[in-house]
Amino acid sequence: MYTPEMRELIKKVEETRSQRIAKGDFPRMTAEEKTEVLEENHPDYIESGFVELKVGPNKGEKVPNELGELLQGKSRIEELKIDLNKVDYEADVLIIGGGGSGAAAALEAHKAGSKVIIATKLRFGDANTMMAEGGIQAADKPDDSPALHYLDVMGGGHYSNVPELAAALVKDAPVAIKWLDDLGVMFDKEKDGTMVTTHGGGTSRRRMHAAADYSGAEIMRVLRDEVQNKEIEVLEFSPAVELIMDTEGKVAGAVLFNIETEEYHVARAKTVIIATGGAGRLHYQGFPTSNHYGATADGLVLGYRVGAKLAFADTIQYHPTGVAYPAQIFGALVTEKVRSLGATPLNIHGEQFVYHLETRDVEASAIIRECNIKGKGIPTPNGGQGVWLDTPLIEILNGPGTIEKRVPAMMRMYQKFGIDMRKEPILIYPTLHYQNGGLLIDENGATSIENLYVAGEAAGGIHGRNRLMGNSLLDIIVFGRRAGKSAGNLSKKVELKDLTLNHVEEFHSMLAEADLVTNSVSPMLLPNYTNKGK
Amino acid sequence: MTDKKMVDVYILGKKYSVPNTLTIMESMEYAGYQLKRGCGCRSGFCGACATVYRVKGNKEMKVVLACQSKVEDNMYLTQIPFFPGDKGVYDLNNLEATADTIAKYYPEVYKCIGCNSCTKGCSQSLDVMQYIGYAQRGELEKCAHASFDCVSCGICATRCPAGITHYNVGLLARRLTGKYIAAQTAHLNERVEEIYEGVHDSALEELMGKTTDELKSLYNNRDITK
Repeated sequence: MYTPEMRELIKKVEETRSQRIAKGDFPRMTAEEKTEVLEENHPDYIESGFVELKVGPNKGEKVPNELGELLQGKSRIEELKIDLNKVDYEADVLIIGGGGSGAAAALEAHKAGSKVIIATKLRFGDANTMMAEGGIQAADKPDDSPALHYLDVMGGGHYSNVPELAAALVKDAPVAIKWLDDLGVMFDKEKDGTMVTTHGGGTSRRRMHAAADYSGAEIMRVLRDEVQNKEIEVLEFSPAVELIMDTEGKVAGAVLFNIETEEYHVARAKTVIIATGGAGRLHYQGFPTSNHYGATADGLVLGYRVGAKLAFADTIQYHPTGVAYPAQIFGALVTEKVRSLGATPLNIHGEQFVYHLETRDVEASAIIRECNIKGKGIPTPNGGQGVWLDTPLIEILNGPGTIEKRVPAMMRMYQKFGIDMRKEPILIYPTLHYQNGGLLIDENGATSIENLYVAGEAAGGIHGRNRLMGNSLLDIIVFGRRAGKSAGNLSKKVELKDLTLNHVEEFHSMLAEADLVTNSVSPMLLPNYTNKGK
Repeated sequence: MTDKKMVDVYILGKKYSVPNTLTIMESMEYAGYQLKRGCGCRSGFCGACATVYRVKGNKEMKVVLACQSKVEDNMYLTQIPFFPGDKGVYDLNNLEATADTIAKYYPEVYKCIGCNSCTKGCSQSLDVMQYIGYAQRGELEKCAHASFDCVSCGICATRCPAGITHYNVGLLARRLTGKYIAAQTAHLNERVEEIYEGVHDSALEELMGKTTDELKSLYNNRDITK
């Protein structure tokens, strides 16, 4: 699969390998060096990529251009007459989104005795959760503690995280692992039951639990199976296009859209949990993405229209290792576990230029600098560039068979395109991976809008301005469960008044007053890739 | 250079000329389709994009994931619509990790005629018939590991003359293995007990009360294990 030019360059990687091994670990950056590389290279610092919001609870704050367009876009139901007296679905807890946090929330809300409905845009389980490869953090080993985990989370997030949320995350982490373990998730374990744990970027202890490199898929398929066992109602291909309020300003359900028949349905609910995931498919600043097809920030739009505040919406995670080549899987994720196992990034001369386990933002920035500023990237046939990730090093350091055993999905993905990562290095470049911010929640997943909860990637505040590997699979379980339990309990006390969509009209009036004339209709629901490449 | 070469593909019977570098999924988008079904993670993890094809002149019907396979010249494509699979409903807490459990929820596994169609179709190159064999014999741990990389695309089940929903059999075997066969984790259980007893609360509260500068200093000087 590699071109003859690339094969020549791979020889340099092989030439320098023994010297690199002999030298030992590349030095980590100092705090000052990290700040410098971030400010110079990280896409979050590129001002032209951001727009100031003119309306809504975050007026005056900056968000990525593509997100701003949607947050200040027109409602899909602007011209429609929706009869709110004709209720199609009735629930105590309506969960919008069928990924990991939605499923975890559903199980807890069900346990609390609520009637739960999950409405999801694609199939149940089609979500970023399914694609999470590397693992899930929890401080459950004897040399570790929630406090050490907390310090890593705060440092990784540049001390901007909401402390109560970070504390809830690390404190519930072992409980979350136990919950999953009891549900039959097959974590990697030693024969005696000891969890196999590794480091991730920015961790001070080996606390990354995994299920090979199918960690998220394994968790998602078990949660989905459990939701089905509880016979919880799931409406597939039915995204929410607007929240419904009651006349007292409480959230009271959602308008659902049947993606095939294009009918609109009214779902009335005492509480609503937004669990719609991230925004990678908005392709901020033209970046490719490792995200799921449906990751179009729908939940942020729904929440923003009813007045829920966003936190850290201006900070995006670019995963340092996305596929730069071959073109067919451009932007797909190369799990951080590959670096955890010892693979190091190298420039065109086969030289290492950054420690391989810096936090993701620093690692990504160093790779962008190597390519764009230092000019030491490797050009790819599709006009881009990348750096090598020396994957054969994994087998040299850990023994033959390690790659097949620990990262089988990754190995399979490359094999399908004629590359054997056990023998040849792979080409990588940062890819748009995670929405660090989202709708601000409290420790129970509640927003400032009555009856409205958020869980998973759509929630903001937990990770501050940067998330560490393995804390996303963790947060969907921790805050999914917290939101589900809390919404389930609250729903017993809620009495809804008449339903209304007046907030949509009010939002349109605000847009008009701010002279925001747009043709954008939001939420986006699905990206449009038709005629791509023509 | 071959990168520019166009090939002909037939999507639901219509002919389109597309670059030969594209995946099947990208070729459909290139041809003008906005995918509503049959598209999920685009990375080979979710199993949503199972696609049937046949190459002109070749009688063999093939099934692959559209996001993980390149187009070929004269490929006749159609996507598998939603495919209903049978799933047993159970309470995992009241099961035993034995062949009897499999027999109760998926008795059809004993109707397997050994045709191996499931294995031939597997988009993940798993030995599907073998893992069903393990399930039949109650070798659940073997079934769990042999089926572990399954993405539940359902291709196996579409081809099975015995009506087996293989991916759900594998899932039950894996959950039973995870819960009952794999050893309990002593260090996890201890830590969870500590959390419930509030052992770690004061250390966390102390950190939560620190200023950013204090946290920075602790962070930058923290001890990192190898």
